[in-house]
Amino acid sequence: MKNTINYHKGQAIPLDRDNIDTDQIIPKQFLKSIKKSGFGPNLFDAWRYEDEGFPGQDISVRKINKKFILNQEKYDNSDILISKKNFGCGSSREHAVWSLMDYGFKVVIAESFADIFYNNCFNNGLLPIALSPNEIQILLNLAEARKVIEIDLLNQVIFSEDNEIANFSIDPFRKKCILEGLDEIGLSLTHSSDIKEFEKKRQKESPWIFNDKK
Amino acid sequence: MFQTLYDKLWNLHEVTQREDGTYLLYIDRHLIHEVTSPQAFEGLKLTGRKPWRISANIATPDHNVPTTNRTKGIDGINDEVAKLQVVTLDDNCKEHDILQFDIHDKRQGIVHVVGPEQGLTLPGMTIVCGDSHTSTHGALATLSMGIGTSEVEHVLATQCLKTSKLKNMRVTISGKLQEGVTPKDVTLAVIGKIGTAGGTGYAIEYAGSVIEDMTIEGRMTVCNMSIEAGARAGLVAYDHITEAYIDNRPFTPSGEQWKTAKSQWKDLVSDKEAEFDKEIKIDGSSIAPQVTWGTSPEMVCDIDGLIPQADNDSIKHALDYMNLEPGKRIKDIKLDQVFIGSCTNSRIEDLREAAKVLEGKKVSNSIKRAIVVPGSGLVSQQAIDEGLDKIFIDSGFEWRAPGCSMCLAMNPDQLGEGEHCASTSNRNFEGRQGYGGRTHLVSPLTAAASAIEGHFVDVREYLV
Ligand code: SF4
Repeated sequence: MKNTINYHKGQAIPLDRDNIDTDQIIPKQFLKSIKKSGFGPNLFDAWRYEDEGFPGQDISVRKINKKFILNQEKYDNSDILISKKNFGCGSSREHAVWSLMDYGFKVVIAESFADIFYNNCFNNGLLPIALSPNEIQILLNLAEARKVIEIDLLNQVIFSEDNEIANFSIDPFRKKCILEGLDEIGLSLTHSSDIKEFEKKRQKESPWIFNDKK
Repeated sequence: MFQTLYDKLWNLHEVTQREDGTYLLYIDRHLIHEVTSPQAFEGLKLTGRKPWRISANIATPDHNVPTTNRTKGIDGINDEVAKLQVVTLDDNCKEHDILQFDIHDKRQGIVHVVGPEQGLTLPGMTIVCGDSHTSTHGALATLSMGIGTSEVEHVLATQCLKTSKLKNMRVTISGKLQEGVTPKDVTLAVIGKIGTAGGTGYAIEYAGSVIEDMTIEGRMTVCNMSIEAGARAGLVAYDHITEAYIDNRPFTPSGEQWKTAKSQWKDLVSDKEAEFDKEIKIDGSSIAPQVTWGTSPEMVCDIDGLIPQADNDSIKHALDYMNLEPGKRIKDIKLDQVFIGSCTNSRIEDLREAAKVLEGKKVSNSIKRAIVVPGSGLVSQQAIDEGLDKIFIDSGFEWRAPGCSMCLAMNPDQLGEGEHCASTSNRNFEGRQGYGGRTHLVSPLTAAASAIEGHFVDVREYLV
């Protein structure tokens, strides 16, 4: 079932880098799974561990890369991720969103997001928020100072210690999806008659598209 | 109202606008592979839903399949987890009666090579696939986009994509390319210019004399990497080259349908007066062969360029990972492996070009491994018929069976830690081609010539 969020309060990890691609978020060897869960331990695998990861491995014996920010004790119990430009670029793998969520992230805040990743977030209930470079810098600092960050989705505002940090924009429907965990397919299927009518018209005009392939 | 090609394709497929402002866009063709579909089929099962229109779908396994030992079919996959994914695709296709070119089928291959090759990609269509390089198909005047797994499930269940309109960008490449400069160099030069987020929110239409003169294979290479510029879709207008390419393919319509189709397709061009939200102009004759030096496709330069100074953290991090020193010549980068393949450059034309360079030559002793992986079983057959496989093998390349292979290295084809690879694929991300591997994106010509020399060379000098 999809996650829902209306108000989130938590601490953040500052991943101060541009162009974090989905290959980094979850390396390809873990895409062999036919499930949507279980990806959390391998989130950012190549950065988090000093050895090469593979599916089905006993995580507890792996060498941890202490330098990587997710492994620093200071940032334990963070569930907001802050990054920079073009987050989630590259491969369309929805596994990237599944791993961020499986690890425990509820919100990702960045200067900008790649299109497919951004869509994938909403389809699962991970809240992506795009902010200006200045606002991101403030949040990166707050994250480093371990301040609690509050995200009020209803009013589209981010706070910390009663100070307003930023307002953010979000498409109203997408907001509703995150607030209520809507069943997208169910919603689209309420338009079934429109789809059928359109399909009939298209078949009449361009019948070759509907040729049976067998 | 004057329309761009994108606008026209959109208008042909808009089913309805929902109250929330998003649209349902009708999907003509849905391509499926083993990695991004299992959870979507599972989702359908859990909700008791059925695929809306079976004939819209076509599947083939590509990401996980081994490129050796293929006579054994599925049993040739040693990795149990990978095998389960391929078997799951088989099962799902059987259960829903979806046409699949399975691992035994000679038509099997990389989904973006197979679609156009079979005539399953036809002008005027909307095409989606759970794979970001679906942008490839835009070369045939289609609106084609990569989608996530939830969207795969949505398309299966409703035959529609829920989406918003993209903005229009036109990249015009004028003039004529220099000898030795290929479509791959064009697309890398475009990415170098606009950056990996430059196309975010846009559909990019490629135009200008360089594109008009280009083959469909070349246009596919260019559209393929639109996603590396951040654009979900790449497009090229319909013309006589498109028509000639499509004619007589297995799923191309025939007879009356072919005539009607052609008369409709003629309109698949941007109106002369149409306005674009953004215009980029590039002088094609100034494009040199391109090589990426970093860990993002925008970290690219001319073959005769130098490794840049580490002015910012991103560059510093990339140069550390790539183990490259600022100020050094690109040509001096020593190579360990060479990979010719992927949905960017594994079509017959790519193999012909590389073979031309390799004929009568040997891969340098310093190269540990050079492999060539045709994009599909039919590309492979064609190449064998033309004797290209022999040229590759004689020069020291390994001739492999079709699939994604070392483009993303989900199968056993991988770089070793620290190895530098000249690769005709599309992504040079950290670890993409193997843990700790260092990828340099180049054209098939540059890959072939560099394999011979053991380091990067300027093919413009090499060809004389
Ligand atoms: S060849 Fe590479 S980029 Fe293309 S579909 Fe396969 S993995 Fe993706």
